[in-house]
Amino acid sequence: MSVPAELSYTPEHEWVSVEGTSALIGITEYAAQQLGDVVYVSLPAPGTAVTAGEPCGEVESVKSVSDLYSPVDGEVTEVNAELEDDPSLVNAEPYAAGWMFRVKVAEDSNGDPALPADLLSPAEYEELTKSAG
Amino acid sequence: MTSFAGWQMPLRYTSETAEHQAVRRAAGLFDLSHMGEISVSGPGAGAALDYALTGQLSPMPTGRARYTMICAEDGGVLDDLVVYRTGEQEFLVIANASNTPVVFAQLRARADGFDAAVADATGDWALIAIQGPAAASILAPLTDVDLAAMKYYAGAFGTVAGRRAWVARTGYTGEDGFEVFCAPADAAPVWDALAAAGAPAGLRPAGLAARDTLRLEAGMPLYGNELGPDVTPFEAGLGRVVKFDKPGDFVGREALAARAAAGSRRRLVGLTVQSRRVARHGYPVLEDGQQAGTVTSGAPSPTLGVPIAMAYLDADADGAADAGSDGGAGKLDLAVGIRGEAVPAHLTDLPFYRRRQ
Repeated sequence: MSVPAELSYTPEHEWVSVEGTSALIGITEYAAQQLGDVVYVSLPAPGTAVTAGEPCGEVESVKSVSDLYSPVDGEVTEVNAELEDDPSLVNAEPYAAGWMFRVKVAEDSNGDPALPADLLSPAEYEELTKSAG
Repeated sequence: MTSFAGWQMPLRYTSETAEHQAVRRAAGLFDLSHMGEISVSGPGAGAALDYALTGQLSPMPTGRARYTMICAEDGGVLDDLVVYRTGEQEFLVIANASNTPVVFAQLRARADGFDAAVADATGDWALIAIQGPAAASILAPLTDVDLAAMKYYAGAFGTVAGRRAWVARTGYTGEDGFEVFCAPADAAPVWDALAAAGAPAGLRPAGLAARDTLRLEAGMPLYGNELGPDVTPFEAGLGRVVKFDKPGDFVGREALAARAAAGSRRRLVGLTVQSRRVARHGYPVLEDGQQAGTVTSGAPSPTLGVPIAMAYLDADADGAADAGSDGGAGKLDLAVGIRGEAVPAHLTDLPFYRRRQ
């Protein structure tokens, strides 16, 4: 199971890639495997304000439905329209073509991106999936 | 892997959608060794089953199978069963894994006074199912059982890959297929032989998730979803399994007769959801914004490409009498409450999928 070293993670199994104030977000390979075949992804519309740790969408698989959480505070700028036609991209390429949405991260008083302190490193996330079995 | 009634079961091997499609288009291989097998044998075995179950098993010839139920005194369903007659005085009762202890205890109690022995033989039998349009052509070269001559819901002893087995033309997928009962020690070689023989034809191992979507498309009930102790066979649309005209008494007869005469307070229906969101077990069915029933099973249908569901619809829901096979499909404007949103759903005749003959 892949946990790319360049990404940050949440305990809810999202990954986030931050460049400047732009955050690209998806769900991890572990999450995709646990869900099984994804059949529908409900994403927040561009312009929606999202809050770290709060649900902002849903991921439906054959067997279950799960909330999708934003890893960061900010405003949605873009969603992956490809998932509308082919949600199985989430299973096939969770870290690439299966990305879900992009957020302009809220800035702190210095103009730097204000990232939550509790994002997980790859090692911490891997530990979490192992302890979850 | 997932825990299921005390067994470690494969939920999926790779992709449940691909496994589902393999069964519809070619074949799938299922490990169903968790299913309970209860042996009922002796000169009075048929009579004991006639008393214990809703069906009439005693006249069934050796080598045939029957879908039937075991009900409580109050008419509620304790389990749905397939019963094979494997010999003149030998029956094999197949129970759902989670219900096997109850079915065994009830059969043993109900057989008291009959010249019949009841034994839990679950540990003696592994069960491997091969299901799909290519099942017969994959299995035939590996067995000495004459599959071409075997009718649906029939079975025979023979060999599969050189191992002794009871081979039956039964299943839970809506496709042609076979169930192979063999000794647990023979299960791995039988599985490997079937998997190797079937691979060129597109056979795939298939897990519990595919089994659930396959049976849902085929309109087949699942105990714990459509069937339970608070449900009668009539409500589930399976009143035909209750044989009131058989001679002698049977457990639940009085209550079942009364409940058949009184009419059902709800009926099992099919729904096609007009959304990509899935109506799942326990979600409310709405009519004019009011709850008119409850979803029992729901999934995205790999064959139809839309979410489908089975649900119990209250008998007093307006227009419920229009529902059913007399062209009522689609007439009712229903909705399913999917996490707070009323999503339109059309009444759809069961089954959702019927294989080409």
